[in-house]
Amino acid sequence: MIHNEHIRSSNFEECIKCTICTEFCPVIEVNPLFPGPKQAGPDGERFRLKNSFFFDENLKYCMNCKRCETACPSGVKIADIIHSARMDYGTVIPHLRERILAGTDVMGTLARPFAPIVNAVAGSKAGKTVMDKVLGIDHRRSFPKYAGHGFIGWFKKEKASIQDSFPSQVAFFHGCSVEYQHPEVGKAFVEVLNAVGVGVRLMDEKCCGVAMISNAMWPQARRNAIHNLKEFRKAGLPVVTTSSTCTLTLRDEYPNILALRNDDVREDIVIVEKFLSDMLDEGDIKLVFRPDYKAKVAYHVPCHMEKLGWSIFTRRLLEMVPGLELTVLDPGCCGIAGTYGFKKENYQYAQAIGQPLFDEIRAEDPEYVVSECETCKWQIEMSTGYKVVNPIVLLYEALDLDKTREANMR
Amino acid sequence: MRYDVVIIGGGLSALVCGIRLQRSGKSVLLVSSGQNAMHFSSGSFGFLGRLPDGSVPDGLIDAVQALPESHPYRKVGTDRLREYAGQTIGFFESAGILLHGDPLHNSLRLTASGATKPAWLAMEDVTLFLSGEVSSSGKVLVVTLKGFTDFNAPFVASAFSRMGYTCRLEEVEMEEIASLRKNPTEMRSVNIARALEGQHVLDRFISCVRGKLKDEDTVVLPQVFGLKDTSPLAAIRSRIPAHVHFIGTMIPSVPGIRTQMSLKSAFLSAGGTFLPGDTAVRAGFDGSGSVAAVFTSNLGKTPLEAGEFILASGGLWGKGLDAKYDAVIEPLFSLDVDYPGERKQWYDPDFFARQSFTGFGVVTDDAFRAVKGGKTVPNLRVIGAECGGANPLEEGSGAGIAIMSAFMAADSILGSI
Ligand SMILES: Cc1cc2nc3c(=O)[nH]c(=O)nc-3n(C[C@H](O)[C@H](O)[C@H](O)COP(=O)(O)OP(=O)(O)OC[C@H]3O[C@@H](n4cnc5c(N)ncnc54)[C@H](O)[C@@H]3O)c2cc1C
Ligand code: SF4
Ligand code: SF4
Repeated sequence: MIHNEHIRSSNFEECIKCTICTEFCPVIEVNPLFPGPKQAGPDGERFRLKNSFFFDENLKYCMNCKRCETACPSGVKIADIIHSARMDYGTVIPHLRERILAGTDVMGTLARPFAPIVNAVAGSKAGKTVMDKVLGIDHRRSFPKYAGHGFIGWFKKEKASIQDSFPSQVAFFHGCSVEYQHPEVGKAFVEVLNAVGVGVRLMDEKCCGVAMISNAMWPQARRNAIHNLKEFRKAGLPVVTTSSTCTLTLRDEYPNILALRNDDVREDIVIVEKFLSDMLDEGDIKLVFRPDYKAKVAYHVPCHMEKLGWSIFTRRLLEMVPGLELTVLDPGCCGIAGTYGFKKENYQYAQAIGQPLFDEIRAEDPEYVVSECETCKWQIEMSTGYKVVNPIVLLYEALDLDKTREANMR
Repeated sequence: MRYDVVIIGGGLSALVCGIRLQRSGKSVLLVSSGQNAMHFSSGSFGFLGRLPDGSVPDGLIDAVQALPESHPYRKVGTDRLREYAGQTIGFFESAGILLHGDPLHNSLRLTASGATKPAWLAMEDVTLFLSGEVSSSGKVLVVTLKGFTDFNAPFVASAFSRMGYTCRLEEVEMEEIASLRKNPTEMRSVNIARALEGQHVLDRFISCVRGKLKDEDTVVLPQVFGLKDTSPLAAIRSRIPAHVHFIGTMIPSVPGIRTQMSLKSAFLSAGGTFLPGDTAVRAGFDGSGSVAAVFTSNLGKTPLEAGEFILASGGLWGKGLDAKYDAVIEPLFSLDVDYPGERKQWYDPDFFARQSFTGFGVVTDDAFRAVKGGKTVPNLRVIGAECGGANPLEEGSGAGIAIMSAFMAADSILGSI
């Protein structure tokens, strides 16, 4: 298999055994069953290569937050090694629960027409008991609500026809959550980009596959990835996103875990905050903010944004907003890691991992929290009661769209 | 993205320089590919432990005159060195790190071989001595944790015995530590430190040690306490009725990591920007030979622009230099590197002999400005282990050079020198 070659030949020997990764892993701190990044990653790999007997199912407790990789002094792709090992040696077949949690797009399509009912059931005590007992989805977890009307429908009806009139274009990879749960994020994206003179195109995208990767649904993940890469090549435009997790998956998990080469399009896949910041640097766009906008917010940098190294762009844009009182929260994981925290066996760990962050948010007492990741949003909202918004939504609210449009007329 | 100053590196010199600049109102961005030499620190800083003739200097500042003129200390100059050395403890205190020691003289610290070595300033873990005598009663108790092989307690104990002390060795067995042993590779200093962070675990450890103590006046423990802050050290010292000394373990270094994390928080809370896990891969120069921008692997084609750049990339060890078969290069800016032309002269096959490669570094002018192709780069300064003209391992001068050159580079950017 190519991916074996790819990860193994290049990387695990570079480990110098310093255990710094272990120091940064949020899971090992709370879950004694998890062997930790060093053992699960480079150390275990040495044994597994000799004999797959050494594969340890407890590798599933790794939530792929990549904090270990960000910290490793030798650039070992620890989480990639762990997930490739799960792919190669794991014997556990994904059950109904994994399929439900990972099937973010299929489930969305099915749930959509019945959104009010699904939301009520998923939110009801009885529904939660069933999910807990039958499926192993923790009953204490609240489910993200499905929006009755999706983003794509709105876009086609209201916005699609005018997009070609803009001098430049981007392809918007909106991801499942924008379509099914948070269409307001997609709407804000289109409004802001249009205001700075950039047209938006949609592709025939499929779920990026992150949840399939973490739920061991490898063939499905690869199918989606191959499809998406083909779409990106066909579009031939910058692929702009609003979710940090989708971004990291498209850029890094495709080549590193799914062994699909994307070097021809990787540089073009960017989150909207980087896209806007680069345009500002180039002098291509101008932003005009509302003089009366006021808010006190706290920015939580999602793990995958930290790994991408791109939080500086979001911070820069937020700092431009005149009426914004901004605190950047301490770097730390919220504990949800996609579908990880939904699982009954992970619930207590997920909450323990996030506790320092929740405490800090309560102490800051902002009007709301800003974060690029939808699952961080669900976790923080459920655990603290504070509302979490995507930065593009904040920008949309803070910008004077008419004046911005005028300033960008060319 | 534009900042006043962009620093490449995330070790001691980068952070000290970044804090000083950011606190003086500059916007500073630090890009750091990995962790750094602090994670391997002994828990003490060296300034000048050995002169070229092999002797140990007492007064540090005057001793600098015996170093070659191209040495970083000579560039700082004795007056400023005295001033900076005097500021160091206060500077670290303002970042939440308590250092102790005489800033102008060498003291001694205890090593794992029971011997003493010169040291300048030390973190709270490390005891500094004025003489080589460690215990006045001559009786020493060495305590370790069962199963912890990164602290060679029998070796430490026998070393003390050889030095003429009466030394006993005891092991403490604790459930919380034993559970780490399920994965033998996790039985490392930082994991133990984390397990010992809980108040009740620490309490039990302390009472175990008290139970084992007989007539010794000195207790030696491994450096596995206080990853987040130093309160466990204070608790141990106040509740064990003997002088307690903490001795270095195999890497990683608990005191070094704690100090590095405190420096990083101080930099962040001063408003600095830190890019962890990112590598500067390429630089752009303008027509006049100044650095215009640096590019990193995460940021791709987005340039990091600044008026001033600082290279604090750690020399050969930190990957700030790259040894090819027949040349040593500085990979980012292609700066001039100071090293003997003949590969044969790079190293001595005797591992323990003076090694020339530990002294390779970038050539700089008197104000730590980099030299490239014989010409000074006006807005690029080189500090810490990346800077040539010294052999920190040989001289025991690593931290001193890192801090002094960082102060000087910051002050010259701020225009105060
Ligand atoms: C194993 C070891 C133990 C030591 N112990 C001591 C001790 O106990 N006491 C003492 O006084 N001195 C000690 N030293 C000496 C040490 O070199 C100095 O004390 C000091 O810590 C050096 O700091 P620095 O910032 O110059 O370099 P480093 O700490 O090496 O930091 C260099 C940094 O630059 C980063 N970097 C390099 N290239 C790039 C790039 N292209 N892009 C982004 N980042 C980059 C590296 O990842 C690293 O973070 C030790 C040195 C070593 C090697
Ligand atoms: S941080 Fe990197 S080098 Fe250190 S033990 Fe972990 S994988 Fe190995
Ligand atoms: S990816 Fe996150 S959870 Fe997994 S080993 Fe690394 S730090 Fe731990």
